[in-house]
Amino acid sequence: MARKMFPSVPSAENAAFWAAAEAGTLMVPKCKSCGKSHWYPRALCPHCFSDDIELIPSKGTGTIYSWSHMPRAPEPFTIAYVTLAEGVTVLTNIVDCDPTTLKIGQSVKLAWQKVEGGPQVWVYTPA
Amino acid sequence: MSIKGKAYIVGAYEHPTRKAPDKSVAQLHAECAVGALKDAGLTKDDIDGYICAGDAPGMGPINMIDYMNLTKIRFMDSTDVGGSSYLLHVGHAAQAIALGRASVVLITLAGRPRSEGQATGTAPRAGNPLVPDTQFEQQYAAVTGNGYAMVAARHMYEYGTTSEQLAWIKVAASHHAQYNEHAMLRDVVTVEDVVNSPMVATPLHRLDCCVISDGGGALIVTSPEIAKSLKRPLVKVIGAGESPKGQLGGMVDLTYSGAVRSGAAAWAESGVKPSDIKYASIYDSFTITVLMQLEDLGFCARGQGGKFVSDGNLISGVGKLPFNTDGGGLCNNHPANRGGITKVIEAVRQLRGEAHPKVQVPNCDIALAHGTGGMLGTRHGSATLIMERE
Repeated sequence: MARKMFPSVPSAENAAFWAAAEAGTLMVPKCKSCGKSHWYPRALCPHCFSDDIELIPSKGTGTIYSWSHMPRAPEPFTIAYVTLAEGVTVLTNIVDCDPTTLKIGQSVKLAWQKVEGGPQVWVYTPA
Repeated sequence: MSIKGKAYIVGAYEHPTRKAPDKSVAQLHAECAVGALKDAGLTKDDIDGYICAGDAPGMGPINMIDYMNLTKIRFMDSTDVGGSSYLLHVGHAAQAIALGRASVVLITLAGRPRSEGQATGTAPRAGNPLVPDTQFEQQYAAVTGNGYAMVAARHMYEYGTTSEQLAWIKVAASHHAQYNEHAMLRDVVTVEDVVNSPMVATPLHRLDCCVISDGGGALIVTSPEIAKSLKRPLVKVIGAGESPKGQLGGMVDLTYSGAVRSGAAAWAESGVKPSDIKYASIYDSFTITVLMQLEDLGFCARGQGGKFVSDGNLISGVGKLPFNTDGGGLCNNHPANRGGITKVIEAVRQLRGEAHPKVQVPNCDIALAHGTGGMLGTRHGSATLIMERE
């Protein structure tokens, strides 16, 4: 059973990102001006302020940068920062895992979690 | 242009309550103001500057100024950087005083999370969808506790820091809290007590977390001329710094905080160095918060925080750097989930020689107070303040 999540409210700024997410593709924004990827998605590159941003489909792989499990929560869950193959580090949950065996540096892969009242969201599982 | 020596803290008051179901938040703000005025030997009509943070009831400072009917205000501010706001506010007050825009600035904080039953660090709360990061983050439930815990986990991974080392921070706070009659938790605890307490968010245990308390505090900052006309020991502001830190556009680095920059600014302005500090108030929302700030402020080398805090090094009369001698947020008080004002208040007590005799640092002439507000693991505000007894 997936943990109940607060639904995301997509902004007009990020309509294309969320449309792709609904279709099952995680997009990582990349600036065509400075060449850097960024996270979380924005209309203006947070590195150089250019508005020439393209959305690149994520390879769906990454490694755990850090994580924390809350065993006493009503629905125990694991939060994490995952560094994607694209180079950005994203806040997420690690699901379908044994939290006693998770390790920083461990490889994980993209999965999608349905959210009642909102778009599906990206989560990760051990690769 | 510097604020060094341009402003003095002449009033400091910590509300004795830790649970106030029969009081309003506005009332607590005003009671703290009364306490700080009495401490300073000033009156309401002396106040011509007012600062609160964004959590005060009303629009910025306006509704609180009207509630207290402060009629002489010519400088106001409500910068909100969470729990570190009040340290930053002292710096802003000093700037206004240095420029002649105010002569007596009142700063207040109050709140009632305990009476309101708020599970501050463990319960997910829906975010404001207009905040740009909310749509990408709130679903994952970064609930404060686990946000700080990820910083601790990364520190352990990078530097081999242990839960036992973090526990020493709580142990030191508890040694101090036993002498504070108002402290929420007065029992002295051991490293074993901390690491055997229930796991809240791996690797942080319940006793790695601060208390949830009602209450508040107030400060009065004034000019050298007025300070010297009062009958209180002189506590001079000699350096201040502030800095935000966030996720850096996705280049997340949890191994340092905004204290690297706020501290550097305060050290440079004050002209003193870590070894000159006789007492330090270090924000202790969680044990890891203290360890990170000690490294970032230069009290020890990066990665050496665990070793630095061990074996009682933070206990007054025992270690090299007495910290949070009121018991801090870990044991005494974390009013409104914002521990910044109590950090300044205890530093003022130490500099005046008015801390509890069992924890008073002998000849305490230079003190530092530092805060981290918001969430260390995502985005936060850091503020550093250095003060000297004249």
